[in-house]
Amino acid sequence: MKKWGWKIATVALLLYTVTAGFLWEVPRLHIVNETIRALYFHVPMWFGMVALFSASAVFGIRYLRQGQTHHDLYSASFAHAGMLLGTLGMVTGMVWAHYTWGTFWHWDPKQTGAAITYLVYLAYFVLRLSVENTEQRARLAAVYNIFAFAAMIPLIFIIPRLTDSMHPGSGGNPGFNMYDLDSRMRVVFYPAVAGWILLGFWLAQQRIRLKNAEEQLLEHEYEQP
Amino acid sequence: MNSRKKWSCALLAAISTGVAYGQTAEPEMADAMRSEGKIYVVVAILSVILIGVVVYLFAIDRKLDALEKKLPGKKG
Repeated sequence: MKKWGWKIATVALLLYTVTAGFLWEVPRLHIVNETIRALYFHVPMWFGMVALFSASAVFGIRYLRQGQTHHDLYSASFAHAGMLLGTLGMVTGMVWAHYTWGTFWHWDPKQTGAAITYLVYLAYFVLRLSVENTEQRARLAAVYNIFAFAAMIPLIFIIPRLTDSMHPGSGGNPGFNMYDLDSRMRVVFYPAVAGWILLGFWLAQQRIRLKNAEEQLLEHEYEQP
Repeated sequence: MNSRKKWSCALLAAISTGVAYGQTAEPEMADAMRSEGKIYVVVAILSVILIGVVVYLFAIDRKLDALEKKLPGKKG
């Protein structure tokens, strides 16, 4: 039960999201109109990415403190899944921007910050791929991971709030959170965030298990050729 | 009616029309689609896709379970 209970919860939360997310009432707003429902899908991608990158940074620090190989694997896998959700967040954001702002890419502070974060984490994988030695790779990746995480916070959460931005929740734009994300939306939005975050961890867990098995087989081969 | 009164009347009418327009123009929502019940088609399709993806994920989980049982040595 403990092993797959949280996966059942993931499925339930996501099914609730696609059902309630389309059937229940939402605020009637100009410009966004019915697309406000995209909030249940676009925003949880970013919440999921941030959650996974946070977990990745935590396991990076753990690796540096304890030097255990599986912590490095956890760190890399969480970053992988975070990257997937970040990509989906970016693409869905562009589609939504095309509809509400008029163009796919607007160089809005929020978009630019997300793009830089994306490149910073892309470099994390480039770094991993460019170092042959396992221990060296794990150590460098963990150190870089901490810097990448430290760069993400201002790029996504602070700078867009300081400047003018059209993205809700940024700049002079109060966004959905303060006025428009009313209680009717909250009852769908928060479970949606939880569901998508859990799905991200599920995917990360699969990669961890696969890579773990791969590594054990390699070790086994090495010991008895 | 002198011309000043005429102008102020016209101005008042113009302003009130503008104000009324700003207040009454309802944001357009997909109400027709809802009343026709077509929104259930969307929900059904998304649910089917979601269930399909999840079944696939559970299948991979089971394959991993089987693989881990076959592994030699320690579990990490």
